[in-house]
Formats: sequence, structure tokens, C-alpha cells
Amino acid sequence: MKQIFAKIVNLANLGNSIYRLTFEAPEIANTVAPGQFINIRISDDSYPLLRRPFSVYNKVGDKLQILFNAVGRGTAIISKRKEGDSLDIIGPLGNSFSLTGDFENTLLVGGGMGVASLPLLYSEIQVNKIPVTIFVGARNKESLILDYLQNVSCATDDGSDGYKGNVVSLVEQYLNKNDIIKPKIFACGPPPMLRAISKLADKYNILCEVSIESAMACGIGICQGCPVERIGTTNKYSLVCKDGPIFESNTINYVLHG
Amino acid sequence: MVDTTVNIGSLKLKNPVVVASGTFGYGDEVLDLVNVSLLGGIVTKSLTLKPRDGNPPPRIVETASGMLNSIGLANIGVKKFIEDKIHLLRKLDTSIIVNIAGNTIEEYEELIILLEDHAGIDAYEINVSCPNVKEGGLAFGTKCDTTAEITRRVRKLTKKPIIVKLTPNVTRIAEFAVAVEGEGADAVSVINTLVGLTVDVKTQKPKLSTVTGGLSGPAIKPVALAKVYEVYKSVKIPIIGLGGIMNWSDAVEFMLVGARAVQVGTANFIDPAVGLKIADGIEQYCADRKLAQVVDLVGALKI
Ligand SMILES: Cc1cc2nc3c(=O)[nH]c(=O)nc-3n(C[C@H](O)[C@H](O)[C@H](O)COP(=O)(O)OP(=O)(O)OC[C@H]3O[C@@H](n4cnc5c(N)ncnc54)[C@H](O)[C@@H]3O)c2cc1C
Ligand SMILES: Cc1cc2nc3c(=O)[nH]c(=O)nc-3n(C[C@H](O)[C@H](O)[C@H](O)COP(=O)(O)O)c2cc1C
Ligand code: FES
Repeated sequence: MKQIFAKIVNLANLGNSIYRLTFEAPEIANTVAPGQFINIRISDDSYPLLRRPFSVYNKVGDKLQILFNAVGRGTAIISKRKEGDSLDIIGPLGNSFSLTGDFENTLLVGGGMGVASLPLLYSEIQVNKIPVTIFVGARNKESLILDYLQNVSCATDDGSDGYKGNVVSLVEQYLNKNDIIKPKIFACGPPPMLRAISKLADKYNILCEVSIESAMACGIGICQGCPVERIGTTNKYSLVCKDGPIFESNTINYVLHG
Repeated sequence: MVDTTVNIGSLKLKNPVVVASGTFGYGDEVLDLVNVSLLGGIVTKSLTLKPRDGNPPPRIVETASGMLNSIGLANIGVKKFIEDKIHLLRKLDTSIIVNIAGNTIEEYEELIILLEDHAGIDAYEINVSCPNVKEGGLAFGTKCDTTAEITRRVRKLTKKPIIVKLTPNVTRIAEFAVAVEGEGADAVSVINTLVGLTVDVKTQKPKLSTVTGGLSGPAIKPVALAKVYEVYKSVKIPIIGLGGIMNWSDAVEFMLVGARAVQVGTANFIDPAVGLKIADGIEQYCADRKLAQVVDLVGALKI
């Protein structure tokens, strides 16, 4: 974990309110693992006050990228930064997806901005030569971001591209139609999607890791502000920023979330 | 050279900047990012007798220039602190102030008795004022006689400095400061968080699971300054001022109205190394004004 000032080299609008930000961060790029995140300081002002967490979307040499949706005050400010500006970031943070364990196939599932967690993992899966199938869901065609991913099966809520409906139903359809030997699911997306994919994994008895979001103040485990309720663990809660954001889906109690 | 040391009772801090309880973990989490030995001191997360899970999520929400939290004193408990953390803290070259919170007065006593056996603790901060727990918590800190009683009882159990952390959620905070001074407290920390509430108009629900929470950050600074000033006029024991300190200039304000040392809380979440920058800034401010020692700032407000 390091705190650095990173120079912005590119900020691209990918349509709608979705942006891809590229910045120089060799210290972090060298160590980051799939599923980890960084915490960005928005400005020197006190409103918005807290940093904002973003998954590391991809690394290109010494450079890192994040993919974000400008949904509020903080992300609106970042969307107006300029090339050459420097960005105060802390990272890499959190744990990472795990490619160890008893599986032979991988299914990557991204919903909405959750797709931001997939490219790094996809690269690592390719390096390890593990069979992979990718599913991405979004509200509509314009919100589908598929850069750095290949052979993606898409789902859109409005049917404007690919399967009409949610991405979890698409995954279920795929499992029913194909005989996949020992798959493991890696999923990232909004809480209702994660709950659904966890149920699916349970039903088919498949290993499944999910990336969880939570409101965060510090992002480094010192405020105790980002708990997620666990099942079958000694402690009732784990910290999303430090123990997560990646958890085995059947250890999460979704009742309180989303 | 400016003399940056300050005394809090028998505790000598190398500079007046301490990190606040609940905003720096147990001190070991940030060693990658911060040279903690340059801090005046570390106040550890409040410890309770038994480990506490804390409140259900969401525990944190951002507000205008501040944040509301309802952590609920989530902590590893005193036993695990002694087993896992104390030896590490002992090695750090900064003052270690252990913050304790009890559900009953007896629990405060038990906590001190357990901790007294172990080297590495330089002082205790007594949290009588957490707004986020059902039992104990604010119920203690808003009763002057109970606050005094807790102080009297822990005073008997240790020779180490006792710092009582006061809540602003009372009519006259100075009464509490006077009461604990009378019971042998060496210092007071002023202030803990202010009770606050935010509502999501889309769902018409409170944004925190516990409905209300503790407000901290720049939003509370003017209130905190007024409370420090009120207490300064009423007691002789040192005041550790806190509430919304983000930079050296905020810290100097607190010292001018009467704080001998300051604590930095929420600002650590935004910049874990901010305490060091504040310590440097205070020293520079004194050097620029040709002050020989930082304590010359204490109460130097011109009215
Ligand atoms: C570990 C982690 C990784 C993340 N990775 C990404 C990422 O790769 N890309 C990305 O776009 N976002 C990501 N997020 C979410 C991102 O941090 C939020 O979008 C951001 O905090 C919103 O900040 P804001 O100031 O723009 O919104 P605010 O002004 O704080 O809020 C505006 C609106 O956005 C909603 N909102 C706030 N936080 C979230 C959230 N976490 N998810 C959904 N809606 C939210 C609020 O409810 C509110 O309605 C991640 C969050 C976590 C915890
Ligand atoms: C997330 C969080 C957790 C806190 N936990 C504690 C605690 O365990 N014990 C305590 O005495 N104060 C606790 N506090 C209060 C702070 O120590 C401090 O009094 C308060 O935040 C005001 O200072 P600030 O505005 O600089 O943050 C906590 C504050 C925050 C924001
Ligand atoms: S965000 Fe502070 S502990 Fe997780």
C-alpha cells in the first residue's frame, strides 16, 4: 500500500456518464492484483470530504486505469480533471480474486460498473491458460463497456443488445445449455445482482467469489466503517476494505445489503 | 529551534499533535504510509472489556464538510489488544494513549486493572461520550455525576495520566471539565462527535442503520473551538482540543483558544500522514513568529 501523486495521462468519456481515467502509477501497477482497488482524493476542499474507492480496471505498462460512472458530487469532479493534473491516490487496497482451488473453468460476470473488475482478472486467467467465459450486463447498449474483454455474452435490461434481461439469468441459461466441468464464478456488480449470482452458485453448487461495495471512510481498515455481515465466521462482520472486497459468495449475509 | 514538547500531566509529548481514537486503528495498520514516530502520540481505538461487533451497516455517510458515523465501538476487546497489539505499540517511538470505554462503571475499573499490568501504555483516555452505543456511551458522558464518579474510580487505580474525553452533547461542557478536574483528571479531550442525522429523501429512511450517528470533520470545527474556549476559561488542567482539524492552521486556532495539544481525527482518513504535516506546520508557525516554544500559543487568543 502506497500513497502517491499520479499524473493523469488520459480521461476519456465512453458515452453516457461513463469515463475511463488513465494515470501513471508505476509503484502500484507493479504490485496490483485482480480485484484490488485504489482510493482517490477528490480535491483539497472539504466537500466532498472523503476519498472515493474505485476498482483497478486495467494496467498498461506503468499506467493504471479506472472506469467510473459520474453519479454524484465526487465522480462529477473527477470527470472534469485534465490531462497533466496530478491525482492523490492510495493503493493497491484490499484482497484479490483467487485462482487457486478446485475448478477447471471460469465464468466472469460483470453487472453495470462491476465490469471494471474484470480485465485484470481476465489477463491473469489467460496467462494461466484457464478456460474462461465472460458475461456482462448493463441497462442498455450504450452502457455496455467491453474493452479488454473478448467473446463476451451480453445482457441488457432493455434488450438493445444481446440477451434481454439480467445477466444472472443469462448465466443460468448458459449453465443449463452447456456441460461445464467444475466452473468457478467471479462476479462484480450491484447488490441485487450479487445476491442473485450467489443464489445461483448455491443452486448449482459452484464455487463463487463476489466483489462487494460498501460506503468507506478510510479504505485501509482504520475506521471500522465498511462492515459486511458474514456467515460461518468467528466475527459477525468483516471489513470490505481490508478483508475484502472479494469474498466467497456463500459466506456473505445479503439480508442487510441492497 | 522551537521547543515543540508539551506536557499533559506527567506525560511529555514530543509535539502537540496526537491522532484521535477510532481514526488510526491500533496504530499498526498505517505503518506502510506514516512514520508514526514523528507524531506526538497515538490514541488507540476505544477498547471494551469484551470484543464488540459494532453496529450493522451502513455505518458511515458523508455530509457537507463532514461525516456521520455509527461504528458502535467495534473493537477487538482488551484481551486481544494485550495479546496482539501492545508489544507492537511499545516499539513505536511515540506516546501511546489507550482509550477505554465501559458499559458500566465497574467495567472502566476492570479495564484499567487489566491494562496496568502491561508496559507500553503512557496514559489513558477515558471515553465517557460515545454517541453510538445503547448501553453506557453517551448516557454516562451526559451525566456530570457519573462522569465524575468514573474519573474518581479510575484515578485510584493508576498513577498514569488520566485524560477524560468530553462530549459536546450537553448544555454546559465546562461543568463536566470542572467536575473531572476535581476528581483528579490530568487533562480533558474536547470534543467527541456531535449527534447528527441524515435522511435519504428517495426512500424516506435514515441513511445510517442506527438513525443518528456522530458528526465529525470540518463541519464541527467552530463548535469544537467554542467548547475548548469555554473549558479553558473554567479549568487549569490541560485541554487536548479536537474536532474538524484538517491542517496546521486549524490546529493553531485550537491552541490559541486554549488547547495545549490537539488530536486529529477524520483528517487521517483523507490523508493518513496529515498529523506529521500539522506538527511541522505548527512548528513553522512558531518559528515564523519567533516563539521559543509551542506552548506559548496556548490561550494566546487576542480579544
Ligand atoms: C471497493 C469499491 C470499488 C468501486 N469501484 C468502482 C468502479 O470501479 N467504478 C465506479 O464507477 N464506481 C466504483 N465504486 C463506487 C464509487 O466509489 C462510487 O460511485 C462513488 O463513491 C460515488 O461517489 P460520488 O461522490 O460521485 O457520489 P455521492 O455524491 O457520494 O453519491 C451520489 C449518488 O451515488 C450513489 N452512490 C454512492 N456510492 C455508490 C456506490 N458505491 N455504488 C453505487 N452508487 C453509489 C449514492 O447513493 C447517491 O445516490 C466502488 C466502490 C467500492 C467500495
Ligand atoms: C469513524 C470514527 C470512529 C470513532 N471512534 C471513536 C472511538 O472509538 N473512541 C472515541 O473516543 N472517539 C471516537 N471517535 C471520535 C473521534 O476521536 C473525534 O473525537 C471526533 O471524530 C472529532 O474529531 P474530528 O472532527 O477530527 O474527527 C470516532 C470518530 C470517527 C469519525
Ligand atoms: S473503510 Fe475504514 S475500515 Fe474500511
